[in-house]
Amino acid sequence: MRFSFSKKKISGILSVVPRNRVRFEDEFENYGFSRDKMKALKKVIGIDERRIVRGEVCTSDLCQAGLEYLIEKGLLKKEDIDAMILITQTPDHFMPPTSNILHGKLGLGHEVVCFDINQGCSGYLYGLLQAFLLLEQPMIKKVLLLAGDTLSRRSCIHDRNIYPLIGDAGSVTILENTDETNKIHMNIKSDGARSDWLIIPAGAFRLPSSEKTRQVKILPDGNRRSEEDFYMNGPGIFLFTQTDVPMAIKELFEFTSIELEEIDYFIFHQANRFILEKLAEKLGVPKEKMPNDIVEKYGNSSSATIPVTISHSLDKILLQKRLKICLAGFGVGLSWGTLIMDLGPLAFCELIEN
Amino acid sequence: MDKLLSILREIRPEHDFAASEDLIFDGLLDSFDIVTLVAKMEEGFGITIRGEDVQYNNFKNLKNIKRLIKRYLKSDEI
Repeated sequence: MRFSFSKKKISGILSVVPRNRVRFEDEFENYGFSRDKMKALKKVIGIDERRIVRGEVCTSDLCQAGLEYLIEKGLLKKEDIDAMILITQTPDHFMPPTSNILHGKLGLGHEVVCFDINQGCSGYLYGLLQAFLLLEQPMIKKVLLLAGDTLSRRSCIHDRNIYPLIGDAGSVTILENTDETNKIHMNIKSDGARSDWLIIPAGAFRLPSSEKTRQVKILPDGNRRSEEDFYMNGPGIFLFTQTDVPMAIKELFEFTSIELEEIDYFIFHQANRFILEKLAEKLGVPKEKMPNDIVEKYGNSSSATIPVTISHSLDKILLQKRLKICLAGFGVGLSWGTLIMDLGPLAFCELIEN
Repeated sequence: MDKLLSILREIRPEHDFAASEDLIFDGLLDSFDIVTLVAKMEEGFGITIRGEDVQYNNFKNLKNIKRLIKRYLKSDEI
C-alpha cells in the first residue's frame, strides 16, 4: 500500500543504547563455534560488539531515559506533546499499554494520545506512518515516536543463529508539521502467511507459559532454544530480504519517478552486514551510501536500528544539512516498508548511553 | 570440485559433505555457514552471487552448489 504526505518533518532523533557491552570474542564458545568460525563470522556478517540490557531493564526504561534527557536539555517541552506512539515487541506488561505507563511516568496531560504498536524490524516505518496520519489532524502539532526492543531478554543465550546478533536499544523521534512542501512517499507491505518465520511461539495466550515451554531443547540441527525464545527461519528471512524487500523499494522509486542517484543515504534496518551488502548490490547502490556497520557496534535492535544508524552515522551532517534519504524496514509479520523523504537540518541527532 | 570441498571443510571440518544429500536438513550447514560459504565462494571463484540465489535449493547438496557456481562461471570447469 502506497502513502503520500507533505508538509511534515522529522525534527529530531535521539537513540539510547545500554552501557553494557558484550563482545563476540568473549562468548563464541557458548554457541560451539571454533575460533576460526568466529573470525569468519566477524568478517562476513559483521558480528563483534553488542549492547544489551542487564537485569530487568525494559524498552520503556531506555525510551524514558531518552525523553528525560531531551526534557532536561530543553529540546522537548512536555506541554508541547500531543501524541506518543511506542513501537515495541517487548512491552512492560501484556496490559496496560507501555505508552500509557510512560505517559504516567512523564506526568503528561490528559489530552495526549498514546498507543503501542506491536511491530519489529519494519516498526519504525509503521511508526512514521502513524505519526504522519496523526499530524493530518489540526489539533495535533507534535508527535513522539518511540521505537525500541530488549529482545536479548527473549533470546536463548545458546541460540547461535539469533543471540550473537541481538542488541537492545530505544529511540525518540519527534515529528511535526512544516510550511515546507517536503513530499514523503511510503510503500508498506504485509504477508501473514509467513508469520511463523519470526516468532516467539509460547508465553502469550495461544500457547501459555508452562514448564514445558520454558524448557531449552536441543533441536535436530544442534541449536538450542525454548518455545518462549525468539525463533527465526534464517534462510527464509534472508531470501525475503533479497526478493520482496528490493521489489517494494523499486516499486516506490518507479511510482515517484525519483531516481536512485538522487538519494544521499539509504538507511535500512540493520539485520546484518551481509544482508545489507547484498541488498546494495541488488539495488545498484554504492555501499558507502548504505551504512551497514551498526550490528557490529551495537547489535540488531529491531525497530530501533534505523534511528540508531541515523544517530550514529549521520549525526553531524544532519545538524547542518538537508539530505534526501530512503529508509527501509523488514521483518516480523512478515512486514516490510520503505520511505523516501527529505531529512534535516535536525534540532538534535544524538546517541546516548543509559 | 576439490576447491569447493576444501572451502566446505574450512567452514565445518567435522563433516563429510559428500555423504549428505541435504546439507541443511542434515544439519551440516546452518544459515551462518551458508553466508560464510557464499563469501568464500565469491573470493575463491571470483564471482558475485546475487542475494536471491542464496536460497535452500542452491545449497542443498554438493551437486546443487556446484551447479550454482557453474552458472556464475559460465563454464563446466570449476
